[in-house]
Amino acid sequence: MTLLAVERIKLFTTRSPWWCMVLALGLSIGFTAIIAANSTEGAMPVVASAFTHQFGLMVIMVMAALAITTEYRFGTIKATFQAVPDRISPLVAKGVVVALLSAVVGLLVGFGSWGLSWLIVSDRSQLALESANDWRHVLGVSLVFAAGSLLALGVGTLVRQTAGAVSIILVFALLVENLVTLIPKIGDDIQKWLPFTVANKFVLGEADSSGLPEGAGPPVPGELSPWGSLAYFTAIALAFFVVSLVVAKRRDA
Amino acid sequence: MIEAIGLTKRYGNTVAVDNLSFTVAPGRVTGFLGPNGAGKSTTMRMILGLDRPTSGKVLIDGKPYTQLDRPLRTVGALLDAKWVHPNRSARAHLDWLAKSNGLPGKRVDEVLDLVGLTKVAKRRAGGFSLGMSQRLGIAGALLGDPKVLLFDEPVNGLDPEGILWIRQFMQGLAAEGRTVLVSSHLLSEMALTASDLVVIGRGKLISQSTTTEFVERSTENAVRVRSPHADKLGAMLVDKGFTVREGEDGALTVTGATSDQVGDIAASAGVVLHELSPQRGSLEEAFMQLTGDSVEYHAAETGK
Amino acid sequence: MIEATGLTKHYGTTVAVDDLSFTVQAGRVTGFLGPNGAGKSTTMRMILGLDRPTRGKVLIDGKRYHELHRPLRTVGALLDAKWVHPNRSARAHLLWLARSNGIPARRVDEVLDLVGLTQVAKRRAGGFSLGMSQRLGIAGALLGDPRVLLFDEPVNGLDPEGIQWIRQFMHRLADQGRTVFVSSHLLSEMAQTAQELIVIGRGRLIAQTSTEQFIRDATEDAVRVRSPQLDRLRELLPGGARVTDGDGALLVHGLEPARIGELAALNGITLHELSPQRGSLEEAFIQLTKESVEYHAHE
Repeated sequence: MTLLAVERIKLFTTRSPWWCMVLALGLSIGFTAIIAANSTEGAMPVVASAFTHQFGLMVIMVMAALAITTEYRFGTIKATFQAVPDRISPLVAKGVVVALLSAVVGLLVGFGSWGLSWLIVSDRSQLALESANDWRHVLGVSLVFAAGSLLALGVGTLVRQTAGAVSIILVFALLVENLVTLIPKIGDDIQKWLPFTVANKFVLGEADSSGLPEGAGPPVPGELSPWGSLAYFTAIALAFFVVSLVVAKRRDA
Repeated sequence: MIEAIGLTKRYGNTVAVDNLSFTVAPGRVTGFLGPNGAGKSTTMRMILGLDRPTSGKVLIDGKPYTQLDRPLRTVGALLDAKWVHPNRSARAHLDWLAKSNGLPGKRVDEVLDLVGLTKVAKRRAGGFSLGMSQRLGIAGALLGDPKVLLFDEPVNGLDPEGILWIRQFMQGLAAEGRTVLVSSHLLSEMALTASDLVVIGRGKLISQSTTTEFVERSTENAVRVRSPHADKLGAMLVDKGFTVREGEDGALTVTGATSDQVGDIAASAGVVLHELSPQRGSLEEAFMQLTGDSVEYHAAETGK
Repeated sequence: MIEATGLTKHYGTTVAVDDLSFTVQAGRVTGFLGPNGAGKSTTMRMILGLDRPTRGKVLIDGKRYHELHRPLRTVGALLDAKWVHPNRSARAHLLWLARSNGIPARRVDEVLDLVGLTQVAKRRAGGFSLGMSQRLGIAGALLGDPRVLLFDEPVNGLDPEGIQWIRQFMHRLADQGRTVFVSSHLLSEMAQTAQELIVIGRGRLIAQTSTEQFIRDATEDAVRVRSPQLDRLRELLPGGARVTDGDGALLVHGLEPARIGELAALNGITLHELSPQRGSLEEAFIQLTKESVEYHAHE
């Protein structure tokens, strides 16, 4: 518990996490508002309010990566390890705090996007939260944010540099996972198993009778069920996080 | 020679330097001392024309810095060793400095050699240790073979060998007849390096004198005496009106007398001396004495 | 007490610290000296469990660093004053450190006061001068009221008052029975601060001894003599003594001052000065580490 408080103090006594949170909320909810305002052809479905969560996810992952890379950049990691030399527990505490915070931001993004859409659209017939799938579109954002932040924290701990960690995460999520389909024949099959594509399937996949025209909204490839997708994404995130703990424990600080 | 005349600098309502006049003579290493916030850096910057005085002026060999033709040939300065582009090599950094003042390329090799950086001249300066950066800064200051040199905390980051090297180096420059002004907080180091001192506090001149005078003026001189007949000698000294304290090791500390006086008294009574050492106060004691009330902020006095 | 036994650290093929054994006693200020690249920082980092020794071990009061419960209450360290998040306030920085070792927040205010930073406690540490950062680092080291203290170049960036303050402060900590281990390049400062010395070069132990002994062993003592009858005195000195002239005085090597004094008294010579000249720590250090210096400036 003490270490959770320590990490909470660290996170909230600098400015960048605040900026990241504001940006994550603003980008996701803001773009949803634009989608909602433009949704004039037919009723807007619940799933459409979740499309933009990916913007927030990227920003939240940057925040998570910064939480550890700034410790390396400014040398406070030494003070951290001096204070708690087993190294694992402060890093786990940081993981818990960052994941919880990300989950809260995800919750705000999910409900915020949906709520703002509710206020904006004229036809709310498809926007009521009626099915389990509808709830997954809205609440799932929170779970993906939490898992994604752990993944980023893991990468940050391994790489130890802000620029390196952030570019790895963003380039992979935004470019590699999309460009991989350009590989002939197997490209599509590979993409189906890449983490962010799978995470997307969890939030956006298997929507109830979508009111969207064919081809509108982001594609949702994937072999696993939505909940299976979440398990898969979380497992990858945890794997990165655990490997980073082992490496940090062994490496010279 | 550097001459400051009524030099004053205000930042808004704050007076950083207040009607400061002093002279730095050639052929000597002159220490520039003062507590934090005394205005040392501002003064250095005004000497180099980086800051403009609110009033007054500072002249280098009779001219303000901005009127010097090819200033690097007259004044060399090391203010902050980190003022180097991290991705530029040491050589490239000196090359452009040399070019800007019409100095030949071979001078760059000379100064690199002088400071011992020849082997690393092609490495990027960003990867240098603080000690190496400091040497690079010194190389830059020496480039134009200037008659006047300014150093701000030159031993910063140097190891003992480097510290000794720069001290001897500065004294060597002074011996060649150059004007050397060094600002530093390390008084025990300055006591070894500087033969003259300019001391300021809160932007005002506190003292300008030789180092020896500065110390003698503000600390009490004493003589340490050891003798097999300490009691007899002690009594005689007390009779003459000097103050005598006996230390734990049996040595006497005599205040108010010079060692010559004590020696004469001992000889007249045929007292054997085992030691007769004049004790000088330290530069630190003298400095604390004189600047005591001009320190910006004090740490709490007592521990737990 | 700090005990290093056979401490060794390799980075790839470079040997940074090589079979180093030493003891740092409680109740004394111990200086840790060595040229650049001698392995001082690596050793300090191994003491604090930040780097893992390739071989050997270092114990603090009998335990390895990572075996200490709430280590900040046993060991306080200032390795680099810039190891602070620039956007965090001084107080917040100390607060999370304190919290991690169950140290009450009240103690944070105490140490801020102790180092004279109370007024700027809420300002972001990134805007601090080097001297203020140094004070903040010292505050961090003192937070847990530890028995063992490590300082790396503690006077860096401090002004004369700060330098005097930290020197007296370290003496006081040692007088309270704490172990104080200070690494520094400023030998004239260390000569006044450290009672004991551990000197290393190229990762190996060169000397572990008292400061006084270290200077005595490596430098030659001399006696400075002034007298109105200097020439007569010179002739009376025995053949074994080497004499050099200096501004109106003689510098006598190889003869005790007491002997010179007796010689003078016996022959009715008046002395105006008879002062033993000690070598400096710097001379002794340069003498002993000559071979282990990383690179030399051109002479």
